[in-house]
Formats: sequence, structure tokens, C-alpha cells
Amino acid sequence: MTSFRRTTLGLGLGLLVLGLAAPLLPKWALFLVTIAIGKGLVALGLLLLMRTGLVSFGQGLYFAAGAYAAGVGSQGLGIGDAVPMVLLGGLVAALVAAVLGLLLARYRAIFFAMLSLAFSMILYGLLVKTSALGSTDGFNVAPRTVFGLPAGSGLGRYGVYALAALCAFGAAVGLDRYLGSYLGRLAPAVRDNELRVEYMGASVRNVVHLNLVLAAALAGVGGALTALAVGHIDPEMAYWTTSGEFVFVAILSGTSSVAAPFAGALLLELLRSFAYEHAPNTWQLVMGAAMLAVILFLPEGLWSIFRRRRRATT
Amino acid sequence: MRTAPSRSRLARLAAVAATLALAAPAATRAQEPQKFRIGVVTFLSGAAAGPFGVPARNGAEVLVEALNAGKAPAPYAKAGIGGRPIELVFLDEAGGTTKQVSEFRDLVQRQKVDAVIGYISSGDCLAVAPVAEELKALTVFFDCGTPRIFEDASYKYVFRTSSHAAMDNVAAALYVTEMLPKAKKIAGINQNYAWGQDSWNDFEESMKQLRPGTTVTTSQMPKLLAGQYGAEISALMAGSPDVIHSSFWGGDLDAFVLQAVPRGALKKSTAVLTCGETATHKLGGQIPDGTMIGARGPHGAYAPENELNKFYRAAYQDRFVLSPNYPAYHMAQSILGLKTAYEKAQAAGAANPTTDQVAAAFEGITFETPSGTIKMALGKGHQAIEETVYGQAKLVKGKLTFVNVKRYPAEKVNPPEGVKSADWIKAGFKAK
Amino acid sequence: MSTILAVLVDGVIYASWLFVIAAGLTIIYGVMRILNMAHGSLYALGAYAAASLAGAWLRAGWAPMGSYAMLLVAALLVGLVVGPLVERGLLRFCYGRDEVVLVLVTYALFLMIEDAIKLAWGVESYFVSEPYGLLGNVELGPLSYPVYSAVLVLAAVVVGVALRFGIYGTRYGKILTAVIHDREASAALGVNVSRVYLVTFTLGTMLAAIGGALTAPTVSVVPGMGVEVIVLAFAVVVIGGLGSMQGAALGALIVGLVRSAAVHFFPEVELFSIYLVMALVLAVRPRGLFVAAEARKI
Repeated sequence: MTSFRRTTLGLGLGLLVLGLAAPLLPKWALFLVTIAIGKGLVALGLLLLMRTGLVSFGQGLYFAAGAYAAGVGSQGLGIGDAVPMVLLGGLVAALVAAVLGLLLARYRAIFFAMLSLAFSMILYGLLVKTSALGSTDGFNVAPRTVFGLPAGSGLGRYGVYALAALCAFGAAVGLDRYLGSYLGRLAPAVRDNELRVEYMGASVRNVVHLNLVLAAALAGVGGALTALAVGHIDPEMAYWTTSGEFVFVAILSGTSSVAAPFAGALLLELLRSFAYEHAPNTWQLVMGAAMLAVILFLPEGLWSIFRRRRRATT
Repeated sequence: MRTAPSRSRLARLAAVAATLALAAPAATRAQEPQKFRIGVVTFLSGAAAGPFGVPARNGAEVLVEALNAGKAPAPYAKAGIGGRPIELVFLDEAGGTTKQVSEFRDLVQRQKVDAVIGYISSGDCLAVAPVAEELKALTVFFDCGTPRIFEDASYKYVFRTSSHAAMDNVAAALYVTEMLPKAKKIAGINQNYAWGQDSWNDFEESMKQLRPGTTVTTSQMPKLLAGQYGAEISALMAGSPDVIHSSFWGGDLDAFVLQAVPRGALKKSTAVLTCGETATHKLGGQIPDGTMIGARGPHGAYAPENELNKFYRAAYQDRFVLSPNYPAYHMAQSILGLKTAYEKAQAAGAANPTTDQVAAAFEGITFETPSGTIKMALGKGHQAIEETVYGQAKLVKGKLTFVNVKRYPAEKVNPPEGVKSADWIKAGFKAK
Repeated sequence: MSTILAVLVDGVIYASWLFVIAAGLTIIYGVMRILNMAHGSLYALGAYAAASLAGAWLRAGWAPMGSYAMLLVAALLVGLVVGPLVERGLLRFCYGRDEVVLVLVTYALFLMIEDAIKLAWGVESYFVSEPYGLLGNVELGPLSYPVYSAVLVLAAVVVGVALRFGIYGTRYGKILTAVIHDREASAALGVNVSRVYLVTFTLGTMLAAIGGALTAPTVSVVPGMGVEVIVLAFAVVVIGGLGSMQGAALGALIVGLVRSAAVHFFPEVELFSIYLVMALVLAVRPRGLFVAAEARKI
């Protein structure tokens, strides 16, 4: 069996589990999983960037762009269903990245990270200034239907959850496929040595630009899904701490598997929920300590636990 | 040395424990009423914790303790809420709206609280309101300011027991025109986020309505938590306005006052600080005479000398030395409003009223608080109005006092039902 | 005319404040390749320590002028205690990791220090405003500035000159430069690199704490005061070029003047003026103003 088939099968199993678990999950957990998938999608985009050797401290920009596009599409353009809202979110985020990428694709390392951060903070500033979009208070988003089903009913929550699960499955399979393709294989080559890639006749800048756009599209879809699940959008989504959290999820998950970002995001959400409840006064301390523990003791990310064990058994 | 219990002993212990666990709740339920659990969400960390979140939490603690002991004065002498002892579950409001919606769901669906009281940030209120409606969870906003909550939507399970922010700035403009008959040049310094932007717009528009020909020298909008206001203060002073309006709060307000006073900026122009009350508790001596101070209602030094206020202030000072500030008063309003609604539903015949019954009873009630009478008059009976007060600071023997205190009745500074604040102000304080 | 004077004066005061903070950030990055996200928390720690120490001094009724010394002592204390603690206790286990991972390590540190500050000082605000007004005011046209602002400018100049002399004029500075250029070669030549790191981080912490201590009299010291500072300081060092001291000085001056001009002429764009400048500078000079492009390795 090829690795691609195996991954697809594994992800399909994951989707099945998500589907079967839905009726059993308590409602608060349903919401938690939906949010984790939204954030996991952003981290999946970061995984692609990290394979290219880039880390963006400004993914919040595309996250917010996707969310605002979905929100404006629903409120301003009258899009009623959740599916086109999510697609619009991904599309707008990709377009933003296509434009910014003209500049961003020239940067590497910490400069890429900081320039991304600057762009996301500019968007934050613009959103805060735009009272038509509610300034810092943001505005509420509520789709009328999900897959044609009325969203107001109890089914709506399951609809958004199902949509998120399908998006996650599609994105993970698609990205896995892409990583195995010619273009996808150029990503680690760019990370290792750009000159060699250029001597081979490939354009480093195009590869970087394309991966930027793909990562942004994933972040946009994630943003739109998060907006649908939360029901509210505000500029905080573009703030640098939001972006920092995505980077943390990506590092936590490691770059070895396309499923890892979702597991990492879920773990982070659970951890934070736990810290909020049991240490309302010191939850930041708990989060910080957990982060340090992962970085110090699991340098390859959480996924490395599974791999190590598998290696040990074979 | 203790020896480990054998396995069979463990099993027996477990069995006994299990029986006890099963029997105990049934037994206690018969004897004493079930607890009334309230999720309380305020800032416990970050910049808003010191001036708002923690005083509100403190207020909730002392008030609930007194209520549970049945020590509160009339009409709240009945223990707990409708005879049920109150249990508070505190949560930190920091972390953004996504986090708050997630935690709200957790409070309602997993921790199964009977009601939620909370939210200082308007963004959090806006985000939580539709979720509360979806989950049919009784939710009382205690402090957030934006009028949009009940002006742009209507809710069945969501209430706000304090006035929205339009009142603060309308009253500020009324006070300015009353106290400074010649003031025509105004300037503003407000934080660059929804609260600051709305506050300034309402104030500017109110001034233009009340005194046609008012000009604006500058409107400064520094970032939230900027901390350094040197350039802004220069820009304010350069225009030599008669009045400087600010809705700053917390550390930003303190920093602004500390940086503006030595430069004389607040002597040449009169400052009107709509949230000034929270700063007076610690910064009192630094505030120049004549500065106009608001408290977002009749709270703190402006609270009426009624029995409830005497009791509340004494209970708070007993524990925390400082006197309660306006967020602590807002918190008391929410708890007492909830208690009133619950007991009203009980009086209507339900011994253990459902959430729906309590929500129905809450609509449009009038109740007494340490800050006087609260009427749930707007937003179809879900939005409170209260009177508001402005006064001017005056140092007497190193102690801050308030002079020229003016009280504005609730109906004068709040729009009538069904009219949006912004439209009401633009129409010259008349319903269109 | 007076407006332009005000823009310049306000801009320079703001730039001085920024420079002291950014200098610490850039020296840590220059030597250790760590973009320290906890720098803002160290700044806040300095402010808290200064407010407590100078406050205690003033409450004890000792000469008010001594409070200036207390501000400085507090900052040095924070540097000497927290700097080595963080470097020896945490950072040294992370050397050799990716720069981005190191950013995350310091981000975690930032979260932890924020809560540690809360545990130590609570969420109440602290004041020590006396030093701000003590020196009186100077009148510049229609505007009046506290002399304390001049102290801030002076402090920035002293820090700048001292660092420049320290790096280019002393033996230790030459060792430092050697470590910056090639860590392995310096180690092979007998330089105690781990001690250089320890000293550098302590120095950087001290600079952050001095920034906080000098700010303390002008603000109320509250939780969260370090958050905004981090991104501002980042913008400054990225504009100037990461690791460059001249860059930090020029970056601070640019940011200070741009912000002050925005406040006076276009208050509505103040919020993102700094990031706009940063994006513009990076668009033209991808590595900032003072860093030459690196040769690409094959």
C-alpha cells in the first residue's frame, strides 16, 4: 500500500470516528472539536510553510480575512448557507495571500515571520478603525442554513460540526496528495537549499508563493469555520497573540503528519479549558509550563510519541 | 507505619462509598434546598482586572455571603436566591471572544450553572448573547457598555442590569453645558477601540446638539494600553480646548492623569472623565480641582445613602478596606436583579421556577439596589436604565471630595424604548 | 512652527523610551539569536520593582531625590536576579534549536512571568509618580514639558554611548563581536561562550528593566503593561535591522517621529502607522536598515 493510500485510509477512519462520535459527544465537546478543527486547519497551513522552511507569525491575518469574508458575505451579500460562506472565506484569504505574497515570497526566516506579523497588525488596525464592521466589538454571524438544513434548529450545530469534519478531511487528504506531488516535493528542497532548487530549473519564489497562498486558503477556511462555530467575529482574530497560538499548535504537532495539527489543536483547546476551570487565576502559568514541557521534552512535536512507539514495536 | 489496605478491603470501601454517594444526595435534597449556582465571569487577569474585574468579584463574594446568611437588609432578607443557597463559579474573562463563547458553553452545558452573570467587555457581551439564547441560559450582563446588544437584536434569556454607555456621554455633555456656559471648543482622548470610539461620537454629537457651534480641536485615539501619551497631550494642549473628554479607564486613565497633570494640561482645560470614578480611589490626590468625574451611574461616592448602600459599602470595606467602585456596584445590581426575578417567579406560584419562568419574571421589573432604583425599561424589558451623576473633584485637606454634584434622572439621559441611542442623540434627544 | 517643534520634541522623548527597551532586545538577538518575546514582561518586572522600591523609599520619608537612585537599583536588581535565572534555568537547554522554537520558548516564558507578576504583586495598580514632577517643568512655546522627559532622553543617550563603547572599545566587546560572528570558532579559540551568553542575557534583561523603571513614574504599573511594548520594540529592531545597535537607535527615532507626527497631524492613522513604516522599510530593505544581505550558502 502506498503511503498516500495509507494516509487517506487513516484520515477516512478519523472522519468516521468523528461522525460516529457526534451523537455521543456532549454539546460543549462538539463545540470544542469544531473550534479545534478550525484552528487545526490554520496549523495545517503552517505545516506546509514549515516544510518550506518558513514560519509565519501572521497567519491571524488570513484567519481573520476568512472569518470577515464569511461574515460580510452573510450579512452584506445575503449568502445564507454555511458552505458558500466557508468557501468564500478560503477564497478571499487566498486572494489576500496572492497579493501580499508578491512581497512576502522574497523573505525568509525571522524576517518572513516579522513581516507577516506586520501585515496582520495592519489588518488589525484597519478592522479596529472600521466602525461599519463593529470595530473591536466585531459582529455576530449566523448562517440561515447548513447544507440546506435550517441552522437555527439543534441540527445546525451538528451541521457546522459535520462541515468542519469534512473540511478537515478534504484539506488533510488534499495536502497529503500535494506534498507527494512534484511541486510539493520542492518544499523541503527549498528549505534545505534554495540555490540547488534554482539550478534544477525550478523557481523558488513561485514555490514559496504558491505554498503561501495554499496556507492562507487553509487559514481562511479555518477562520470561516471558527466564525460559524463561535457565531461572532472580532479583530482579535488578526492580533499577534492569535498568530502566536497557531505557531504553537504547529510546533506542538510537529510536521510529520497531516493529521497531527488537528490533534495538537484539540489538545490545546482541552488543556486551556482545563486550565481555565481549575486555575482561573494562573491559567497562563499552566499554559506556559505546558508549552515549555513540550518544547523541551518532545522536540519533534507530539506526533513523535506515536512514531517512537511504532518504531519500538516493529 | 500505615499498611496498604488489602484488595478486598478496598473493594468493600468502594462499595460503601458508592452506596453513600448514591444515597447522600437524595437524603440532603430532601432536607435542604438545592444550591443555586451562578457562573461569574469577570477579568481576573490583564489590565481590566485591577479596576473592574477584581472589585466586581469581591463585590459578588461579600454580597453572596451576606445573602446566604440572610443578613442583607429588606427587601432581600430571604436567604440565598428564593431560599436556595448561592454558589459562585468564577471564570476569567481574559482571552478573547472565542474563548469566552467556549467557556460559556462549558459553564452552561457541562457545569450546569443556573445562571451566568458577567462580562465587562462589550465584545464578549455581543458574542455571548446569541449563544445564551441558543442554549436557553439565563444570562445577566453586569457591566459592558455597548448599546448595540438590545438595540440591534432582541433576546429572551439575556438581561443587562446597568445602563448602556450612551447615558454616560449624554450626561457628560449635559453637565459640561451646565457648568461651563462658555465652553465651545472641545477635544477628546479616547482609546482606539469600540468603547472609546462610541464614547467620543456620542459626546461630540451631544455637545453639538446642546450647544450649536461647538468645534473640535482634536480627537486623539491612542491604542489601548499605550501607556505613553506625551505626543497626545501636546496635541491636546496645542488646540487649547475648553473641555477635554476622555472615556479612559484603568491604567490608561491613571497614566494619562499622571502625565497630563504635571504639564498643566488639565488646568488649562477642564477634563470630563466618564469613567473617572475608578481612578479616584487610589489616585485621588493627583486629580486637579474642577475635573468632572462620572461613575457610569449613581455608584461609589455618588450612591444614595439608603440602607442597602450602607450595608453593602460596610460589608465590602470590612473585607477589602477600599470602598467599592462602580463595577462592584454594577455586580450588586445584577445579583439583586436575578434574586428579585427568581423570587417574583416563586411568588407567582412556582416553588422551583424554571429558567423560562425566571426570564419571564425578569422582564420589565423594577428593583432596589445600593445604587437606588433600577428599571428594566428598554429592550423589551431586558435593558436597565438608572439615573446618573456627575460632579467636580475638589481636594479638601488632601482628601478628594465631589462638589457641584448633579443627578440626572434615568429618563432624561436614556433614549425611549424602541429608539436607537445614536438616532435619539442626532434628533436632539427626541424620539423620531 | 510650534507644532513642528512639538512633533520633534514628543518624537524624541518617545524614541528615547523605545530605544532603551529595544537596545536590550537587539543585543540579545545579536549575540544569542533569540527574539525575546518575554522582553515586555521583563520591562514590566522592572516597572513593578521600581514602583515598589522607590515607593518604599518615599514612604519612609527619605530624601525624594534618592528615589531616582532607587529606580535604577530596582532595575539592576531585576537584571541580576531574573537574567541569570532565566538564562541558566531555561534558555541554555534550548541553544541550537530553531530560531522560531526559541521565539516560542520566550513566548511561554512571557505567559509565565505575566502570572508570576500577578502572584507577587496582585492585579492592583502601583504608583510612584513623585520623581516625574520633582524636577519641575520647562516651557517650550505654548507647551510645557516635565524635566523628567529630558532625564529619559539623557538615559537613552547614556545607554547608547555606553553600549557602543562597550562593544567597540573594550576587550570584552571584541569577544562579544567574535561570538556574534562565529560562535564555534570563538569557542575553539578559548572564548567561554556560555559565559558570554549569560552576561548578554543579563545585560539585556537589565536594559528592559531600566526601560520599565524609568517608565514607572509616568504611569500606573498594572498587569498587561508589557504586552504592547513587545510588538513596538519588535517593530523598532526589525526596522533598524535585528542585532544592530545603530539600527535600534535609528529605528526608535523613526518610529518615535512617525508616531508623533501621526498624533499631531493625522490622529486617525496612529494605530497602524508604526506597522506601515515597518512594512515599507522591509519592502525596500528586506533585512532592515543596518544589516547587509547575507551571502547565500550553496
